[in-house]
Amino acid sequence: MGLPVSQILLVTGFCLILIGLAGIFVHRNILRIIIGFSLIDTGIHVVMVATGYVTGGTAPIIDAALDKANAATNAVDPIPSALVVTAIVIGFSVTAIMLSFAIRLYDARKTLDIDAFTESKW
Amino acid sequence: MKRVFAIVAVLMFAAIFFGLVRGYSERQTRSPLAEYYLTQVPRELGAPNVVTGILITYRGFDTLGEVAVLFMVAASVGVLLASKSGENTQVTNAASIDESEPSELVRTGAEVILPLIFLFGAYVIMNGHLSAGGGFQGGAVVASGVMLLMLASPATQLHHGFLSVTESLAGVLYVSIGILGIVFADGFLDSHILPLGTFGTLLSAGAIPLISALLGIKVGAELSVVIDRFRR
Repeated sequence: MGLPVSQILLVTGFCLILIGLAGIFVHRNILRIIIGFSLIDTGIHVVMVATGYVTGGTAPIIDAALDKANAATNAVDPIPSALVVTAIVIGFSVTAIMLSFAIRLYDARKTLDIDAFTESKW
Repeated sequence: MKRVFAIVAVLMFAAIFFGLVRGYSERQTRSPLAEYYLTQVPRELGAPNVVTGILITYRGFDTLGEVAVLFMVAASVGVLLASKSGENTQVTNAASIDESEPSELVRTGAEVILPLIFLFGAYVIMNGHLSAGGGFQGGAVVASGVMLLMLASPATQLHHGFLSVTESLAGVLYVSIGILGIVFADGFLDSHILPLGTFGTLLSAGAIPLISALLGIKVGAELSVVIDRFRR
């Protein structure tokens, strides 16, 4: 039977988080750092959805494959999915704000290298 | 030296995550709350899609807050990017548009698939309570269509006044539906102000399709404004 589905999803999500972290640490370009943050975001969403999976469950939508009476025993947990929608919206908002700050920083210094911004460095 | 620290930090996170994955065993049962939602959303709200039922009714207040966050993002991106628009953007704008005419492939392709994208967005918004989808998702689809429109014809100007009026109107209607819920039903954003209808049809599940449509309009308008702000 191999690996369970949620285990594969968890590994994928955590790998995405690690790739994003490595990107943030290694790259000096602000845009690449923002891409790293987006990757971490996506990884966390995948992990959250993975924790909602119940063995053998189907999508929590009542249709031909899932009737009302069996909903409580055959569907996956709908709560993480509902929470992830919120998380995606917030992630989008944070990314948009980061990108507009990047544009302002570029206007100020004509560079996107994070080493050029030393005022708040400790 | 910095690289070494970066590698060590990533490896430490990897160790933590490895422990989490190792210790995780796939769930065999649902929590009582999940079972409650799975039985009560179809029965009480008449919505086949449980996730939409949770988002729009049980967690409706939270969704209202999300929309407020999106509104604040649109506003603050505007503040951050628009303050210098009077100085030199006109010149650079005109120059960059001349240089980067989109290829014929993009223009013709956009003419063919733009209506389809908008139609699909409307479909996803209106079927949020029946199948996978909903206001946020459909709004994002519509905004991606707007983005394609900007790529295909960079000269298009979005009518910001119209968009903000639409968006505010949708927001006001959303809150009014919530208040109607207090008056005619059991609480703020309760979807029982409209009849439940036949289970599984387009106009059913009380006020959920209406709220979904308002959400879709609002999210689509807000994301379009955000995308347009990033274009100089």
